[in-house]
Amino acid sequence: MWKRDEAVKPAGPAGSGPAATPTPSPAASQPVESVRPTSTSSASSEPLRGMEKSTVNIGKSVVIKGELNGSEDLTIEGQVDGKIELRQNVLTIGPNGKIKAQVFAKSVVILGEVTGNVTATEKVDIRDNGSVDGDITAPRVAIAEGAHFRGSIDMQRTGAAKAEHKAESKPAAASAGQPATAGAGAAAAAR
Amino acid sequence: MLSDILKWGGKRPDRSGGAATSAATRDEPVVVSKGLPKFLYALTQQPSPLLLDFGPVIGTNVEHFGERLGCKLFIEDLLAEIDRHTRAGTADQLSAALEKRFRHGDGTVDGILAWDVFDFLDKNAAFTLAKQIVRMLKPGGIVMGFFCSVPSEGAPFTKYEIVDDTSLRHRHHAGIGGSKRVLQNRDIIRMFDGLNVSESFLLKSNTREMLLRRK
Repeated sequence: MWKRDEAVKPAGPAGSGPAATPTPSPAASQPVESVRPTSTSSASSEPLRGMEKSTVNIGKSVVIKGELNGSEDLTIEGQVDGKIELRQNVLTIGPNGKIKAQVFAKSVVILGEVTGNVTATEKVDIRDNGSVDGDITAPRVAIAEGAHFRGSIDMQRTGAAKAEHKAESKPAAASAGQPATAGAGAAAAAR
Repeated sequence: MLSDILKWGGKRPDRSGGAATSAATRDEPVVVSKGLPKFLYALTQQPSPLLLDFGPVIGTNVEHFGERLGCKLFIEDLLAEIDRHTRAGTADQLSAALEKRFRHGDGTVDGILAWDVFDFLDKNAAFTLAKQIVRMLKPGGIVMGFFCSVPSEGAPFTKYEIVDDTSLRHRHHAGIGGSKRVLQNRDIIRMFDGLNVSESFLLKSNTREMLLRRK
């Protein structure tokens, strides 16, 4: 009638999920220099029927210095100094995560602190209490109330949308750009 | 527990905070802006405008300028800077801080949203900031600023959220606020030496909305 949820099984060697200790992929040009795996570093997989979707967690006490590459979704609650590349996957910086790194990912969700530039091919989402000091490049950027951000945002917009907006705003603002002296153009505006 | 295994009856994400925020947002006044449509129009005339925002980051503004207008947006939250100096009792150092703050080269910026930041600056800091604005703006570049006509003590900071092309929601800002000082039109013209006052609107609130353009 019901099936046992695979997620509650104790992690075992036969599991299809990733290893408990976060390790860089062999492709990483610079190995992880210091990793302090502890019991808080854990692997968890969300078995979806017929899909090999998994998320790796890097726990609060883990400190990684160097380059972090991968092809799985990743949640970081610890500290990473260096570079993070998950070009095809979602990176989540948890509320306890502290990142001083260049970040490249498909999508980045930030609930913790990031110092460094963030580049995403899909979306950057800074949630409430998330903090970014650096430049963001992504086609979509969402910033929640209460988030901190200092830096630049480049959304690489398509030309079509801009043309559409130009057409919309032209009649309303046709008189813009005609210089006048101070006070000469003063007008009472309805509030 | 069985319910844990089956994930029945689990705690749902708390959405009450979001509801409270949106309720508060609804209570904040939406004010028609005469300067905003002209500012937006001026930006659309540039291929990939580079825009500086002196207010705190607001998601909807980022969406508007980044996604709709294709701006490269730089957030330079000067209210946070003013707040920090006010709390630390170092307001006299604000002018020096503003002089060093901006990383943009001469004549590289297409637009600047100064909002009402100048109201909270003393004369030295206001002149320093104006000088930086004139330095950074491209020829034809545009600044939008709001200037009060009545001084006030302990005025709260306001953050300005774009509702649509013609209106702004004046939202509460958590900062400490400060005294609002009046800059006369002649002060503004002198401060922004190198810019023309392109448009000036006096609102019923006695706020002057001004657009200034680099000659």
